[in-house]
Amino acid sequence: MSARRIFARPARFAAIAPYVWMVLFFLVPFGFVLKISLSQTAIAQPPYEPVFDLTAGWTAIQAAFAALSIDNFKLIASDDLYVFAYLRSLTVALTATALLLLIGYPIAYGMARLPKRWQAVAMVLVIVPFWTSFLIRIYAWINILQHDGLLNQILLALHLVSEPVVWLSTDTAMYIGIVYSYLPFMILPLYATLAKMEPTLEEAASDLGAPPWQVFWLVTFPLSLPGVGAGVLLCFIPIVGEFVIPDLLAGSDSLMIGQTLWLEFFTNKDWPVASASAIVLLVVLLLPLLLYERLQRRQLEER
Amino acid sequence: MRKVSRLSRFNIVSIALGLAFLYLPILILVIYSFNASRLVTVWGGWSLRWYHEFFADRAMIEAAWMSLRVAVSSATIATLLGTLAAVALSRGERFHGRTLFSGMLYAPLVMPEVIAGLSLLLLFVALNAERGFWTVTIAHTTLTMCFVTVVVQSRLGSLDRSLEEAAMDLGCAPVRAFLSVTLPLIAPAIVAGWMLAFTLSLDDLVIASFTTGPGSATLPIRIYSEVRLGVKPEINAICTLVIALIAGVIVVASLASKLSSSQGESAAPL
Repeated sequence: MSARRIFARPARFAAIAPYVWMVLFFLVPFGFVLKISLSQTAIAQPPYEPVFDLTAGWTAIQAAFAALSIDNFKLIASDDLYVFAYLRSLTVALTATALLLLIGYPIAYGMARLPKRWQAVAMVLVIVPFWTSFLIRIYAWINILQHDGLLNQILLALHLVSEPVVWLSTDTAMYIGIVYSYLPFMILPLYATLAKMEPTLEEAASDLGAPPWQVFWLVTFPLSLPGVGAGVLLCFIPIVGEFVIPDLLAGSDSLMIGQTLWLEFFTNKDWPVASASAIVLLVVLLLPLLLYERLQRRQLEER
Repeated sequence: MRKVSRLSRFNIVSIALGLAFLYLPILILVIYSFNASRLVTVWGGWSLRWYHEFFADRAMIEAAWMSLRVAVSSATIATLLGTLAAVALSRGERFHGRTLFSGMLYAPLVMPEVIAGLSLLLLFVALNAERGFWTVTIAHTTLTMCFVTVVVQSRLGSLDRSLEEAAMDLGCAPVRAFLSVTLPLIAPAIVAGWMLAFTLSLDDLVIASFTTGPGSATLPIRIYSEVRLGVKPEINAICTLVIALIAGVIVVASLASKLSSSQGESAAPL
């Protein structure tokens, strides 16, 4: 038996504690979300029907199943508010992800072309803002974008506008906030694939007479697709469920699903509907994940 | 052979603009935290007024203290569990339910926080647990241990396995080989994982809002409720303090990893 095999055994035992923890605090909670999404709203504390009582045995379990209802899901499907919230979340996430790709790609591309020593520095510089608080960074933008904020002061001083522009509580402000917060998540996977790329491939293409844009479009970009996929996924999924940025920067006229869920939970105290919308959100988000996995598997098979 | 630089002016401009975009808002916030004026946007000279105001605000100080306690405890538990998980995933080969295990560890990295927060709250309510310090700590541990796992696992993956095998060939028991050979080598990643967990916990608003109880708000929860009411210069001061704290943690950790890597280099010829 090789040393590697012997080492494998104790290493397996290392899984026990984190495994139990994740089942208890990650997997089991979803069971509760599912259960409560299927129960009727009750005006009580806690504001949903009790979790079934195992001491009463089989009849209690049967009763619990009989009490399940899909009313909450019907409500979500029939209420325009929810349908619009899901559509808006997807639109915002798609737009923001496209913006992130457009802004992040040139930065990652430039970083991958820096001398090796400077690449490390640039990477630290991109990561550091991610370490500083997310809420603080949104707050920093409120400072800048408010009515008499720095941006309007500069625009007025340069005589580009004659009166302050309304930035806060607009979609523009929200997109600025989202792009700002998620930019490191887009740059890092892009940079990782671009930095690993063999420079000789691009050199060969240009030696063979391809103009720079063709080198980029026919060689560099297709080779960087794994990084593009990872970056898009890393940004798109959390943005769909985003709550804080639209709440602080966007207007109150149209909500995203994260905000709707939050309101349903904290303001309306309708836990079953909040749970049901969480389940729908989860299903919506599983689709791009599965799609990505299939694409990746196909790519692996092609190799 | 000298390599021709492939850096173009376009590359430099895009990096410079990108970094300016990332840093200017934070810089402006820090500068305005020293503003003497009551109006956030009018510059009234340098002053520490808003820092005094923060230290006189009992509710804010209590929230900050709560946040620090939660961040230290959850980061520590998360580092322990996350390191174990990383070891199991990269050294444990196949074991029962491995796919589920790694799935559970990767899912929280991308899952929207509202879902995680809601599901944990429903669990705590069902268990009839009193919500406060421990429920927030458990919630933060669950989410940050996944980040620790990723960081430690990548370090374990790049490590030369023959070092462990050599130790075992020389008669080291596997656990001993891990503790005396592998652990020191992955220590920088463990430190980085702890820091990441610490700052993520310090930063979290959504999950803490769901899992905390009345009377035990964390700093982000307090900041959020203040910000919703409008911009207050005191918040600039608090934010600057948080940025300074995190910058301090980063400096200490990078020094620690530099120290351990230089030790590693001096130990290498032996």
